[in-house]
Amino acid sequence: MTTIAKPIARPHGEEHEDPRQYLMHDPLPRGQMNAMVMESMHETSPIFWLITAVLAATVVFSLGYEWYILIMQGQGMAGVTRPDYWGVFLVNTVFWIGISHAGTFISAILRVLKVESRRPFTRAAELMTTFGLVQAGLSIFMHLGRVWLVYWMFPIPNQRTIWPDFHSPLMWDLMAITTYLLCSTMYLFLPLIPDLAMARDRTEGGWLKQFYKILALGFRGTEGEWKNLTTAMNIFAFAIIPVMFSVHTIVSWDFAMATRPGWNSTVFGPYFVIGALHSGMAAVAIVLFLLRSTMKHYKYFIRPEHFNTIGMLMLLVSMAWAYFYFNDYLVPWYGGDVWDKLFQEYAEKGPKAYLWYTMLTCNIAVPWLILWNRKWRETPWLLAIAGILINVGMYLERYIIIPVGVTINRMPFTWRQYEPRIEVPMTVGTFAFFLLLYMLASRLIPLIPVWEVQEGQEAHLIRKIGKAEISTLSDME
Amino acid sequence: MATELGMPAFTNQSQEEEPVGRWGMVIDQDLCTGCQACVAACSMENNVPIVGEDDASYGRYMHWIRIERLWENTEYPEVKMTQFQPMLCQQCHNAPCEPVCPVYASVHSMSEDLNLQVYNRCVGTRYCGNNCPYQVRSFNWLDYQDERIHPELVSLHNHANPDVTVRRRGVMEKCTFCIQRIHKAEDKAKSEGREVEDGEFTTACAQACPANAITFGRLDDPESGINKLAAANRSRAGHALEELRTLPRITYLAGGV
Repeated sequence: MTTIAKPIARPHGEEHEDPRQYLMHDPLPRGQMNAMVMESMHETSPIFWLITAVLAATVVFSLGYEWYILIMQGQGMAGVTRPDYWGVFLVNTVFWIGISHAGTFISAILRVLKVESRRPFTRAAELMTTFGLVQAGLSIFMHLGRVWLVYWMFPIPNQRTIWPDFHSPLMWDLMAITTYLLCSTMYLFLPLIPDLAMARDRTEGGWLKQFYKILALGFRGTEGEWKNLTTAMNIFAFAIIPVMFSVHTIVSWDFAMATRPGWNSTVFGPYFVIGALHSGMAAVAIVLFLLRSTMKHYKYFIRPEHFNTIGMLMLLVSMAWAYFYFNDYLVPWYGGDVWDKLFQEYAEKGPKAYLWYTMLTCNIAVPWLILWNRKWRETPWLLAIAGILINVGMYLERYIIIPVGVTINRMPFTWRQYEPRIEVPMTVGTFAFFLLLYMLASRLIPLIPVWEVQEGQEAHLIRKIGKAEISTLSDME
Repeated sequence: MATELGMPAFTNQSQEEEPVGRWGMVIDQDLCTGCQACVAACSMENNVPIVGEDDASYGRYMHWIRIERLWENTEYPEVKMTQFQPMLCQQCHNAPCEPVCPVYASVHSMSEDLNLQVYNRCVGTRYCGNNCPYQVRSFNWLDYQDERIHPELVSLHNHANPDVTVRRRGVMEKCTFCIQRIHKAEDKAKSEGREVEDGEFTTACAQACPANAITFGRLDDPESGINKLAAANRSRAGHALEELRTLPRITYLAGGV
């Protein structure tokens, strides 16, 4: 490990923020920091368990009972009909895959680019990836007419040599999502090992000790183990980035490959990826706000400066999204296809036009008005509200593309407006399940990657050169 | 390795020459009176479930053929209705519904050049229905054959055509050009050592049509009734949504020209 000290670039003659805070330059002893994280995992209030119980009841009702009804009675319990063969379940799938994108984006891309301010919240974002993908997978299963035969979609060698059709975008989708789920779970697990070992050493007996003992894989923190771990994490960080980009591109191909007017568009790939990042970054802001305001000691780890970083990314992604949306709108308009034109007119002036205007307000106006100001970006609750609004906007975007969009097809005789039925409680169920998994995980695994924070703090030094105090950052690799 | 395991090889399926096809239909919109006899006959022949008022008005009617009625001008007093347009599966040669099915439930019959649906292979992704530009696939939203849904229709279950499967909930279904009648005629012709002749049999919709607006027959026989009909009315013959190049097997003779 070579250590090269390099000063952080700072412009001349300008007043600016103290970089010490930005880089968490007020280190605590390692033992104390570990204790803080362990304490935050163990100290719970009755309100926590009350919320958990409510969420669990919601999950049992909507993913257990309602899904049972849906399976036993058929898809007719949902609002789907001709021509809206696809409804809210696929909106949920696209939405949750979008949420899952932020985790990889933050932890892999920001890790590769060595953005220092990522350190305390990589794990919170990675957990969103894994749990979001769980909801996306469940939503696909809810959508299937005969879900009990879902294994027919897997390429399992069988006696009758019947294979799934690899021409179908749904097959690509299945491959992409399972790959992404596997990769992101492993990528969540690797940086977790040192923290699990820490938790193992700080847990006295009980099943929890056994749990940590098994998952920590006997990690002791020797030089060789760290070397292997860093190598593995580097490989995964680089390898998962193309997987992440491909997943949402492939999800977009479910639509872009179809003959439907308004769907058949070549810009859908990058447009969906940016849309995913838009909702994902916003969701990270919400989750960080919730963690910071509910978990003990997290105000030390998650600071306004981190919200500032996320806020800037949200603004950037919002601008990119606006560009792609404009592009996706302009090109079909310019193409002048009669069906595309009808589709656009229906979105703007049809009975669901209010969704279209809400979407544009939430996705463009809200971030552009709120996130310009650094002071506002550093206000966690304001950022959380912006995050919620952006997510509402992104959900509506998918809603407009899928159920509102398919209303307009080439057979005007069949045009019909879609109204969700059993989809509503089941959608609430996926949200509740996501939160429930997250809350339970917050009791089991450290949501702050302590070792990463400590590594960051050790890499930063304040040197006195002449009269100036200069913050330096050592390169760890 | 892929072929050893029986995995289908990727092939370039685009074809320069338009294949002729085997079975076809000509629908004369000038003759159609919109009486819906074809809809009833098709439902009886193919065991199409009766979905009931509520679901039918919500768009879940499952008829394999429907009579479309549209208005060119809805402003009173110039209200003008278009010609009745019977819409059923166009049996496209380049069918958009086929490549999108992940489990090969929506397949092309190479021998008959028809789009067929393998009901017991379908898992209900509904991608084919979404991708069909003619919107002629119907999905079994509920177990409509279940007597608990329509107790008053139990007696109708004894009327089901034994040559056709009864479909369960969660599968897609569609017009087959009465494949059971095609097979019956082919079996008979084969046992007599000859080819199926044009006009030897017809589909349920064509059989029931009182105005003879629907004609079914062989496309690959230049002397067949449908080929003669299309040739005689060349000026008003056309395919539905021709610009998509799905190569439909149904020719519409435009009405009111």
